Amino acid sequence: MSKVLHKFTRKVPKWRPRVQPVKLDDATLDQLDALQVTPSNTKVSEYVLTLAHDVESLKVRSPLFNAIMYDKGGMSRTERELGAIAASMVNRCVYCAAVHADRHAKLSNSTEVTDKLLARGFHAELSPRDAAIFNFARKLSESPPQANADDVEALQKVGLKDDEILDLILSTSLFGWANRLMHVLGDPMQQDEEA
Amino acid sequence: MSLFEPSTLEVSGISAESSVGEAISTRSNIFEMTQLAESAVLRPLEYGMFPHDVRAALAYRIAARAGESRLAEYYAASVGDKFNLAESTMIEGEPESTLIPFVDKAANATRDIVAEDISKLKAVGVSDADIVRLCELIAFVAYQVRVALGLRLMNGGA
Repeated sequence: MSKVLHKFTRKVPKWRPRVQPVKLDDATLDQLDALQVTPSNTKVSEYVLTLAHDVESLKVRSPLFNAIMYDKGGMSRTERELGAIAASMVNRCVYCAAVHADRHAKLSNSTEVTDKLLARGFHAELSPRDAAIFNFARKLSESPPQANADDVEALQKVGLKDDEILDLILSTSLFGWANRLMHVLGDPMQQDEEA
Repeated sequence: MSLFEPSTLEVSGISAESSVGEAISTRSNIFEMTQLAESAVLRPLEYGMFPHDVRAALAYRIAARAGESRLAEYYAASVGDKFNLAESTMIEGEPESTLIPFVDKAANATRDIVAEDISKLKAVGVSDADIVRLCELIAFVAYQVRVALGLRLMNGGA
């Protein structure tokens, strides 16, 4: 009986790989070195162990991810999360959407925005600023991308400066990348069934 | 290397003097790391079953199908005799026509990917490591396509 999650949620699921992750005991020196650049080196996740099959990519991706999502200045972290959520909803990456909906709620001290997104998806009624951000990120994430000059103008109209728009482009595009790993290489599983 | 040499910026047509160029200069570390990622994914030392020219051909295909013609042209220069992969339905020597449909689906219909798509790759002998390598390539180019378009839109382009 399938325990795979298909609905968006804010409760972070467990991720089950569709390929065999690298076994830590069998890891090469290069793989061990790459695994150290991940946020936690005490317990390496199945996801990171899966990506360790491609050491060269893993080494460069983790610092790039951190810079795009966490570097100071530009767009607020909360709004960067909105870009990540939009991309994850377009690509139906239930795992990524849950992680970043949870982060958005924690960073904004409110579940209001993500409650609306979980309830109504792309039809959610957001504030004008959030709506312009979410709409741009959604259209940039489509395949082929649908974002256009009017969408950038809509961002400018609600007050976004160039540095904020740039951060939105980067965070949304980054999740086009992350979704194509997380959603393609594994399944989101109900956490409580694994406990 | 100047900030505006990384390929993602070059194909967007952004100049250092523009207002967008100013914003980009505050995120120069990100564009430098993006360039490192491109090297790691397109031209890795450990390329598995996907040599550099095949990777360039697949990148060309993904960029072209996303409408990013300048990025596609950039990759076309490294494709060599694998150029026909852009329109082909299979890679030469592949036991079944499995890889190209997978690339197209993961790149352009990501939401529709299911476990069976990975099982099909395994069934034709693609190793777990090569599946991860292929996904990294697809995922990076999807990122690069969207950064390039976003920057061009910021710069007033269509």
